[in-house]
Amino acid sequence: MTAQLMTAQSPQAIRVQGLEKSYKKVRALRGVDLDVARGSIFALLGSNGAGKTTVVNILSTLLKPDAGTATVNGFDVAAQGAQVRESISLTGQFAAVDEILTGRENLVLAARLRHLKGVGQIADDLLARFQLADAAQRRVSTYSGGMRRRLDIAMSLIGNPPVIFLDEPTTGLDPQGRLEVWQAVRELTGRGTTVLLTTQYLDEAEQLADRIAILHHGRIIANGTLAELKELFPPAKVEYVEKQPTLEDIFLAITGDDRTGSSDSAACGDRTER
Amino acid sequence: MNTHFFGDTAVLLGRSMRHITRSPDTIITTAITPIALLLLFVYVFGGAVKHGSEAYVTYLLPGILLITIASGISYTALRLFTDMQGGIFQRFQSMPIARSSVLWSHVLTSLAANLISVVVVVLIAVAIGFRSGAGALAWLAVAGILFLFTLALTWMAVIPGLTAKSVDGAGAFSYPLIFLPFISSAFVPTATMPGPVRAFADNQPVTSIVNTIRDLLAQQPAGASVWTALAWCLGILVVAYALAMVTYHRKIA
Repeated sequence: MTAQLMTAQSPQAIRVQGLEKSYKKVRALRGVDLDVARGSIFALLGSNGAGKTTVVNILSTLLKPDAGTATVNGFDVAAQGAQVRESISLTGQFAAVDEILTGRENLVLAARLRHLKGVGQIADDLLARFQLADAAQRRVSTYSGGMRRRLDIAMSLIGNPPVIFLDEPTTGLDPQGRLEVWQAVRELTGRGTTVLLTTQYLDEAEQLADRIAILHHGRIIANGTLAELKELFPPAKVEYVEKQPTLEDIFLAITGDDRTGSSDSAACGDRTER
Repeated sequence: MNTHFFGDTAVLLGRSMRHITRSPDTIITTAITPIALLLLFVYVFGGAVKHGSEAYVTYLLPGILLITIASGISYTALRLFTDMQGGIFQRFQSMPIARSSVLWSHVLTSLAANLISVVVVVLIAVAIGFRSGAGALAWLAVAGILFLFTLALTWMAVIPGLTAKSVDGAGAFSYPLIFLPFISSAFVPTATMPGPVRAFADNQPVTSIVNTIRDLLAQQPAGASVWTALAWCLGILVVAYALAMVTYHRKIA
């Protein structure tokens, strides 16, 4: 908490400059620069192997960069690791929850490790907030993918760290689980938390992020708001495409089910915006 | 950094002890092979072994205890491997805790789990006729040697726990350790073995540890084997700890 107060003036929650990292012969990061403003959701978009997890692991002090600097909440990740860890929480690529413990025990564990008081109350509040109260006393091994992720994110919120990393929070989730996670992430920014999220899903970045950076082969190749990124491409144009009748159209035509107002019941020029 | 070491270690130890109490099958699996060997050798092969005057179960127990510990620490590697795979290890390492407490909690859990298994095996041995007139001091010395042996093998288990790519890989390193007692004085006196085998058996760590424990329990003067046993345990401990630390720092910045 002191960490938060000490650096509340710094406008950027995360600053990354010239970050490089290699694993043996693979150059995972080749000079990454990015800034994340306080209280915003920043999406790092990229395909598998683009280096997203490497960035997140360096920022959460799990990996040392080969070159470049990074500060989180005003603290240098290389020199002030302990202060960085006070300021962040990491939700890794796989829901990092304890399967053998119950949901509530997981939250109590995280609260104890953050050296907080009133751990039971903290756990109960989060269980309620993430709709896990009914499952609180069940072992996590019985949870669905979406429930695990919610618990995972709930664990990350304990102690209200000012910066949260979400590494591919919806990978492997069904559509319902995805929506649940999105909802949870949106709630965070309402509380002034800075979120750096990585994803390989374009719609996820579009749905959640204030700014989006595209990481490709270890470099940021685009960085901006969704509107700015859209401007990088040729303006939307109107095209006319011939639309073939669907089986449904044919079926309706030959069975003579005459539904009035069925505008696309025959082959016609249909406008498609690109 | 270290202001929270004991508190954090206690919290994490509580977590992994809960794993053990909720899946006691790991304790049972650990103890079942040594117990089966104990029964097999006492009731099937034991009659043919010329070992000395005491009951064969009494002769056998020290080696069986080492096998118990050697199979127990494969679960140490497995628990650590599971934490690595599940990402919870990274979660702990990214939290504002004394980072070394994550490994230490695993080490302490290993000591506790092995203690339980060893006690179970000793109780079975007593049930089938193991007797010792050893006093409290001798028992304490036996406990101390077993403790050192467990600690040394536990730090050895940390290495595959951190680096293994699969569950099988995490547990596989313990197989040679489980079989080492077979080529030692654990089951039969080494004097019956042919030259090169005997040379190996006499000079590998298990023989000196087994002989020391056996002498302590039989109220015999243990002599030089105590120091050889201690040297092996401490040597393995120092090397395993150093390698485990190197491995750990390679994994975590």
